[in-house]
Amino acid sequence: MRQERSRAKVFTRRALLLAGGQAVLFAALGARLYYLQVVEANRYTMLAEENRINIRLLPPPRGRVVDRFGDPVAVNHEDYRLVLVPEQIGDLDKALDIIDRIVPLGEIERRRVLRETRRKRGFVPILVRGNLTWDEVARIEVNAVDLPGVAIDPGLTRHYPQGAVMSHVVGYVAAVAEHELTGDPLLELPDFRIGKNGIERHRELDLRGAAGASEVEVNAYGRVIRELGRQDGRPGEEVTLTVDLGLQRYVTDRLAQEQSASAVVLDIHTGEVMSLVSSPGFDPNLFSTGLTMQQWNALRGDPRGPLSNKAIAGQYAPGSTFKMMVAVAALETKAVTADQRILCPGHLELGDQRFHCWKRGGHGPMNLHDALKHSCDVYFYEAARRVGIDRLAPICRRFGLGEPLGIDLPGERGGLIPSREWKQATGRQAWQQGETILTGIGQGYVLTTPLQLAVMTARLVNGGRAVVPRLTRPQGVMRQDEPAPRRDLFPALGVAPASLAAVVHGMVAVTNDQGGTAYAIRIREPEMAMGGKTGTSQVRRITMAERERGVRKNEELPWRERDHALFVGFAPVGAPRYAVAVVVEHGGGGSSVAGPIARDILLETQRRDPARRVPPQHQLAQRE
Amino acid sequence: MTSFDSPSRARGPLLLDRIWQINWGLVLLLGMIAGVGFAMLYSAAGGSFQPWSEKQMIRFAIGVACLVLVALVDLRVWLRLAYLIYLVAFALLVAVEIRGEIGMGAQRWIDFGFIQIQPSEIMKIALVLALARYFNGLDLDETGRPVLIVVPTLLVLAPAALVLKQPDLGTAIMLMAGGAAVFFIAGVRMWKFGAALGLAAAAVPIAWEFLRDYQKKRVLTFLNPEADPLGAGYHIIQSKIALGSGGVFGKGFLQGTQAHLNFLPEKQTDFIFTMLAEEWGLVGGLTLLGLYALVIAYGFLIALRSRNQFGRILALGVTTTLFLYVFINSAMVMGLLPVVGVPLALVSFGGTAMLTVMFGMGLVVCVYVHRDMEINRQGEAGPE
Repeated sequence: MRQERSRAKVFTRRALLLAGGQAVLFAALGARLYYLQVVEANRYTMLAEENRINIRLLPPPRGRVVDRFGDPVAVNHEDYRLVLVPEQIGDLDKALDIIDRIVPLGEIERRRVLRETRRKRGFVPILVRGNLTWDEVARIEVNAVDLPGVAIDPGLTRHYPQGAVMSHVVGYVAAVAEHELTGDPLLELPDFRIGKNGIERHRELDLRGAAGASEVEVNAYGRVIRELGRQDGRPGEEVTLTVDLGLQRYVTDRLAQEQSASAVVLDIHTGEVMSLVSSPGFDPNLFSTGLTMQQWNALRGDPRGPLSNKAIAGQYAPGSTFKMMVAVAALETKAVTADQRILCPGHLELGDQRFHCWKRGGHGPMNLHDALKHSCDVYFYEAARRVGIDRLAPICRRFGLGEPLGIDLPGERGGLIPSREWKQATGRQAWQQGETILTGIGQGYVLTTPLQLAVMTARLVNGGRAVVPRLTRPQGVMRQDEPAPRRDLFPALGVAPASLAAVVHGMVAVTNDQGGTAYAIRIREPEMAMGGKTGTSQVRRITMAERERGVRKNEELPWRERDHALFVGFAPVGAPRYAVAVVVEHGGGGSSVAGPIARDILLETQRRDPARRVPPQHQLAQRE
Repeated sequence: MTSFDSPSRARGPLLLDRIWQINWGLVLLLGMIAGVGFAMLYSAAGGSFQPWSEKQMIRFAIGVACLVLVALVDLRVWLRLAYLIYLVAFALLVAVEIRGEIGMGAQRWIDFGFIQIQPSEIMKIALVLALARYFNGLDLDETGRPVLIVVPTLLVLAPAALVLKQPDLGTAIMLMAGGAAVFFIAGVRMWKFGAALGLAAAAVPIAWEFLRDYQKKRVLTFLNPEADPLGAGYHIIQSKIALGSGGVFGKGFLQGTQAHLNFLPEKQTDFIFTMLAEEWGLVGGLTLLGLYALVIAYGFLIALRSRNQFGRILALGVTTTLFLYVFINSAMVMGLLPVVGVPLALVSFGGTAMLTVMFGMGLVVCVYVHRDMEINRQGEAGPE
């Protein structure tokens, strides 16, 4: 009995201890619950929301690109894609067989679909085929009953209705590359396209717009349960080009007669680029749908460089088109006066070097006007020698040569205006006077782009204003009542009007006076007459031996060794409005090849007169 | 509570009296806890009695019947059957182990066709029964003799080792902790617990080697869940997020985002407490813990009230087992203990655990019914 009682006593004591212990542990649970649900509640609530809520991006429609009158250059085409949701589909093989009867699937495509089905979660739609035709869409819809889980998904694809005509202006869009990721989540969307070249690239941010967002509730596997809210994005801005599509098409066709050429047409007062063509072009539509390896290699391997925009990135020795710069520099520095005559005996001797004029036997005594008209080399050798490279280079820069003009396109190059400092920096021997002389006729080191030549011409004939070229119109589509541009939009170059007048006068003689180098290709309509200057830029060196044997004609040379043909011009001579530069790569002579093209372009430009006139069909559209 | 002299201390109360004597208040508390479980299972299924809630209700009904039956049996019968039940449970554990060995996969249950039984769950109660009988046969002096502690120690360690091999860390811990509690209340000297703890601590590195990789990972993850947020730590992190985001009053019934969007794993079984606390908040969590505390307090009172050592130890052993279920499960989902796979008794979806607990509580009630019966050390009626 005693034993039993003491056993019960021990039991009671220890039971109470155990109860106490359990109570303490329960209290610990309560405390922990309090800590999690009261003290830390806010933090965990946030984490739970993050878990639950997912932001889905809604890509904005890309802004359109239109020409100066509103004609579409880059638009978005509604495009229909065939997608399937694996978990709704039941028998995948059977479904693919049915699809195959409507939209033939290749073995590779089929395998890709099967692979993606295995890799992705069952509710994620898988792209079977993009760019369906209307016929295919209709036939899929008709068979919808047999195809559960198969859907037609509308999407937007960039489309360039003008094809290759605008290729170098508008550029193209393509999938985002790794190094182009900026942190904008839009760029990480699998289907997203960004501008890779041209306006598409230069104005990418404006054209892109801002993404909208859809707030959705998702479960742990990422499946969308419902939409909680939606915030619409900002669609991309429409960009209006300065280019006149009609003129652009004309220029493209005209240049297409040559192997490889480029041309720029400018409004000399506003700097608006009326046309900018690099020929051959490419079809930018190839890039938005994705081009095959074969197509890509063909484009890249083409020696005529269809992918490079030669109008802004092609750098050529300007040849005789550079003589205006020498003339302006000579007059401005008073190294030569306009009436002063310099004798051309057919060559200029400097030490033991002999510099030839293009005309064997020489031109005789020449003043500035005649020298420009006949493109006398010796006159400009001498003028350059008197001016010197140190005074020549700054004048050239004032006219826009030697550095990029900042046109709104990617990839513009600056050309080269050589100077003593430049030559020293390249680590070669000191500047030689012979090099100054060679520069006098636009050969040697000097390099210019067609765009620079057009701008140079514009600055010569617009009263000496530092006009800057541009490709887009912030003011939007041109209207019939658009006011005439002010003449003081751009700062003056600080060149004496008399110097400019003398040079321009010489350029008018080139194409209008008998004996001028381009008289044969003049514009005969007096109110549309043009002024200009031919240029031939030597690609190879003519050796002494060859000169003795007789210089080979261009036609005898392989294409790649032929001279580049250049022409710069403006019109009308009475009240200039347009400037043009044409470069035909390996085309031969400036007057015989580039000149006629420039003439045709200037004629067409003046007929259309895009700087002042809205074409009739657009006038109608604007009135509505 | 009605308390009066039993008609016969020797034979125990008559059947009708016994039914009257059943502690219906305790049964009601168990029903409330199970009711919380039904509601949560209904919510876990997205507002449907299928597939869990309805089944759980049927099981609870069977459980109540089982409880009443167990409670009505003479307590001495349970004393006499104690070792047999232990042996059967042990045999079943071995059978599961052997079946695992011969390549039928590591299963923890045996399929009897109409019911699947997890021997490890049965063992939790069987062990308490066996220990209660053993210590009922010892007086205090004998309890103090180390030699006589060897047998009950083996009774605990043998099944614990088998369960650990399954591997089921949670059950092994419960068996050992429950056994230790029985040793403690039976009057085993305190220093022996100290020695056992020291030995256990020394055995940790050895035991570590025996743990399966996924168990090691669970322990490591418990120590630092953020180290592997998408892997092993995912469950703990998501469970804490669910609890914390519930706040004081919860997100509302059927409104738990963590649970319903499947961020919460196994919400109908091991993590059901998390779901409750997410939807009902701190208030709901504390209420459920309070209900358990009441049941456990009942158990302690019944144990203290009993006039026989077998009943005292049995009631307290079973009550402590219930406590361990609740504590280990909720501490685990709150991130206080590693995830070891212990269900929340009566609330988690699962048949064996439900029946085990109801069977155990039946024994507790049985102790209450026979509270005034005197049982000698031989297991017969009458004073020692």
